[in-house]
Amino acid sequence: MFIKGFFPILNRELLAYFRSPVAYVFIIIFLTANAGCTFMLGNFYDSQQASLEIFFLFHPWLYLFLVPAVGMRLWAEERRSGTAELLLTFPVRLTTTVFAKFSAAWLFIGISLLLTFPMIWTVHYLGDPDNGPIITGYLGSFLMAGSYLAIASLTSALTKNQVISFILSVIICLMLVLSGWGVLSETLNTVFPVWISDLVGQFSFTTHFDAIRRGVVDIRDFIYFISIIVIVLMLNVVILESHKAS
Amino acid sequence: MIRVNSLSKNFNNLLAVDQVSFEVQQGEILGFLGPNGAGKTTTMKMLTCFIPPSSGTAEICGFSILNDPLQVRTQIGYLPESAPSYDEMLVGEFLRFVAEVRGYSGIEMKRRVGMVIEKTSLREVENQMIDTLSKGYRQRTCLAQALIHDPPVLILDEPTDGLDPNQKHEVRSLIKDMSEERTILISTHILEEVDAVCTRAMIIANGHVVGYGTSDELLSQSLYRNSITLCLRNADPRKLLDEFNQLDFVYSVENVPDSREGMVTMRLFPKNKETISCQLEQYLCTKNITFEHFSVDRGRLDEVFRELTTVS
Ligand SMILES: Nc1ncnc2c1ncn2[C@@H]1O[C@H](COP(=O)(O)OP(=O)(O)O)[C@@H](O)[C@H]1O
Ligand SMILES: [Mg+2]
Repeated sequence: MFIKGFFPILNRELLAYFRSPVAYVFIIIFLTANAGCTFMLGNFYDSQQASLEIFFLFHPWLYLFLVPAVGMRLWAEERRSGTAELLLTFPVRLTTTVFAKFSAAWLFIGISLLLTFPMIWTVHYLGDPDNGPIITGYLGSFLMAGSYLAIASLTSALTKNQVISFILSVIICLMLVLSGWGVLSETLNTVFPVWISDLVGQFSFTTHFDAIRRGVVDIRDFIYFISIIVIVLMLNVVILESHKAS
Repeated sequence: MIRVNSLSKNFNNLLAVDQVSFEVQQGEILGFLGPNGAGKTTTMKMLTCFIPPSSGTAEICGFSILNDPLQVRTQIGYLPESAPSYDEMLVGEFLRFVAEVRGYSGIEMKRRVGMVIEKTSLREVENQMIDTLSKGYRQRTCLAQALIHDPPVLILDEPTDGLDPNQKHEVRSLIKDMSEERTILISTHILEEVDAVCTRAMIIANGHVVGYGTSDELLSQSLYRNSITLCLRNADPRKLLDEFNQLDFVYSVENVPDSREGMVTMRLFPKNKETISCQLEQYLCTKNITFEHFSVDRGRLDEVFRELTTVS
């Protein structure tokens, strides 16, 4: 059964996060970086908009560094300390273990994201925002963070070295962010037919998140992030399985 | 019980475990001996389904490690070599976590945690952070983890490694106490452990099984098996050497250096490693030779071990 062992592992992971000072440092950096981007880079006050579009605008870039920092230790640490030998010899399916560890880290990032709630107050104070896009924005941002995290979990299973794991996941995520970048698609269009750049764009975090951020609710954008998470985590399972074989 | 059938493991070009087969029955404690790098840990990792074998298979309580890894894992309590546990947890928390992962909850979970804490004498550190524990307590915490589901099979990788003599003694008696209704495989490179806890021992070198049997069977392979050490006062060693060499039940005699003033120590090796103490005593009696000390050697495990594990 998939569920057997899921919650004990998830709870243990969460406990481990909040026992470590790194978690609190992360939350502080996360909130500071969010505020910094929104108010200074994004000129939130000058934009004269009562919406969180600018706040969400920077999330793909913030997550690029912050999420791999959370994910890099997921498996690398387990292997370094030898606890993998315990965790992977419990009578629990590997898929369960992978999803449970992922879910704990995802929840942790979700909690950090929820702590940005003063932003909601701020826009309500400044004007009369539409709450729909705010809610879908948060949901989309959370799902996108999950996709980054799944990739970080995967690279963390590839190596014992957390620094290498971090760099690898930043590179992969960067490619997924950039593939939706306007400049890139224009460059591609000069060489290849348009459908190629469209296809590349379809694989990008940015393409899907931009739509959600603007308040355009298309279920396919949500499904995109969920599929990324599931597929990458299944790949994570396969990698761990084959690691054991070698 | 454990049944292993020509289990092998390749790491790239290195054959870490080569066609190992053995069986351990309920109530038995098999000591898995071998120098460092012999393949003990690798074999245990395959039995616990942590790594798959390159070829061969094994059964734990009738479940195949290839086809039924989840069932196998419910039957086994495993203490990995480095006794890993989660540093940032309290001992009690860690044990409750393991109990929950193994499917216990509520009162049953608490009962089991309480039981293993008693068994492994962890009560005084129950609320201590694992990363502040001494080596002995860490080892016992991980051992407690292996016992929480009362498993029929225990696989313990160097359970007494790094412990002081008192702690070693405690862990050994704990293992012995549990052996009756269980099947236990323990690896070690401490030879005294074989006599202290194991009912049988298997020696492995470079991935091959090179010796198997009870400790007495292994000792019978020793050069010193049934040799007799004799200490005499004010005797003439050269005369004695000649005299003993004449005896038909003696294979060879050596004069062992003795630092004590006026003492001569002789060691007599019997023909075919037979018991010759009676014959020798009779002989000494008739010849009126008096001795200070007379002892029979059972054999030396360190010598058997060295012999088996160094010749290619
Ligand atoms: N993951 C691995 N990759 C490559 N070689 C390994 C790996 N694990 C063990 N080995 C090698 O396999 C051999 C047996 O190791 P091990 O089973 O740990 O020995 P023991 O536990 O008897 O000391 C050693 O030569 C070791 O270097
Ligand atoms: Mg070992």
